[in-house]
Amino acid sequence: MSGVFSATRAKISEKTLRTDRWWLQPAITVAVLVSFIIYSTIRAFEAKFYFAEPLISPFYSPCLTAACPTNGSLLGQPLGTVAIFGMAISPALFILVFPLGFRMTCYYYRKAYYRSFWQSPPACAVAEPHKTYTGETKAPLILQNGHRWFFMAGLVFNVLLTIDAVLAFRNSEGQWGHMSVGSLVLLTNATLLWLYSASCHTCRHTIGGRLKHFSKHPLRYKLWTWVSVLNHKHPTFAWISLIGVALSDIYVRAVSSGSITNFYFF
Amino acid sequence: MTRKLNMRIWRGNSTDGSLKDVQVEANEGEVVLDVIHRVQATQMGDLAVRWNCKAGKCGSCSMEINGKPRLACMTQVSSFDEEETITVTPLRAFPVIKDLVTDVSFNYKKAMEIPAYAHPADLAPGEARMEQVDVERSQEFRKCIECFLCQDTCHVIRDHEENKKSFAGPRFFIRIAELDMHPLDTLRNRKHTAQEEHGLGMCNITKCCTEVCPEHIRITDNAIIPLKERVVDVKYDPIRWLGSKIGKREGIL
Repeated sequence: MSGVFSATRAKISEKTLRTDRWWLQPAITVAVLVSFIIYSTIRAFEAKFYFAEPLISPFYSPCLTAACPTNGSLLGQPLGTVAIFGMAISPALFILVFPLGFRMTCYYYRKAYYRSFWQSPPACAVAEPHKTYTGETKAPLILQNGHRWFFMAGLVFNVLLTIDAVLAFRNSEGQWGHMSVGSLVLLTNATLLWLYSASCHTCRHTIGGRLKHFSKHPLRYKLWTWVSVLNHKHPTFAWISLIGVALSDIYVRAVSSGSITNFYFF
Repeated sequence: MTRKLNMRIWRGNSTDGSLKDVQVEANEGEVVLDVIHRVQATQMGDLAVRWNCKAGKCGSCSMEINGKPRLACMTQVSSFDEEETITVTPLRAFPVIKDLVTDVSFNYKKAMEIPAYAHPADLAPGEARMEQVDVERSQEFRKCIECFLCQDTCHVIRDHEENKKSFAGPRFFIRIAELDMHPLDTLRNRKHTAQEEHGLGMCNITKCCTEVCPEHIRITDNAIIPLKERVVDVKYDPIRWLGSKIGKREGIL
């Protein structure tokens, strides 16, 4: 017997004596994340309805294969045609590893899925079911230390998705000076992604947290204080940016498939 | 206004014990420690409970109330529903001595394993000068009252007794972070030892330590994660490691 049932500890038969609904938060986390995973997997493999001039789904940008529409390929089509057994690989599959890696290694999401999926622990002061525990000291979880590389990749994606949002201020003929619901959708999505990245713990560390002497780096100190304010809201930004990406894709898909018309304000 | 309160209090020692039902009067404004003292005075004269300041500053009356690690002196009776039974047990991560008193010496042994502040050799006592912005990060960690609620709730040792030998726990990660962020501390290997000797890598940042801290220290966000990032700087980031070797990067050490 180990943990709370160890020989020297108070003899209490229950794994927890908590009387509140401690299971609710992990249950909600599972529901939301599983929903997103199912939806994004379907969309990543669907490989259609991701572009409707001038809108491109965040799941497919940058679109890098020959399957992409020419005017939807921000960085060209350097991967050309990629197929396995004659089936073209969805362009989304080449890029989603980066935002996925960023979120998988995110300090907030780690807390969320360690608690809700791995139950390590399911909630505070609720005994976990595992007999042994090594944390993030061994493979594969030691790779969580690579969060900063995914953070940097995430910044590149933020830039590209911001360009997509700017390009969305055109009409379907490519003329500038127009604004549609789609423009606002992509702009909101890009803004939320920037807030998620800017509030990231690695961003906070990189921008000034690693310093020993703030007084010698007043500009970085000032930036660190701003990022620290955002950092308080990191879990909130993590959730709303995740939902924002899904909603943006849903909107682009609806326009691209002809289910709705992208309404132009001007 | 006085009301009757239903309580279950764990009574026992390291070999045996159980929850005992008790009914006690509670007055308006009282905290759980008050009613435990009333039980001790009127019904269980030999009930063992550790306490001292009754002001949330000494960290002595740590226990688990309805399964949550809390200070009994800071838990208002009025925070529970009138019909709710309040269950009080000793901390479940440490060996029990008697009733609500546990042996927390594990924490003092861990404290001794952390090297103290190392003053610059060329700076005489009294000559040290520091800017406020350089020390205010660490000052948050100095609010710690050593109640060890964070240690108690940390699943790394709460659920795995075998990890105690290799894991210092959140209270001591804030101590290491405090020293590593100290502008004058000269000990250079705190990041390495945090990871290799004190078990920082075992922490999976599930933030329970932050949730239970009665001083509201943001243990995970302000100490553990920054410390993990500093460890990445010196152990898992080849670019920064190389930069530190050729002296082009500031502030790592």
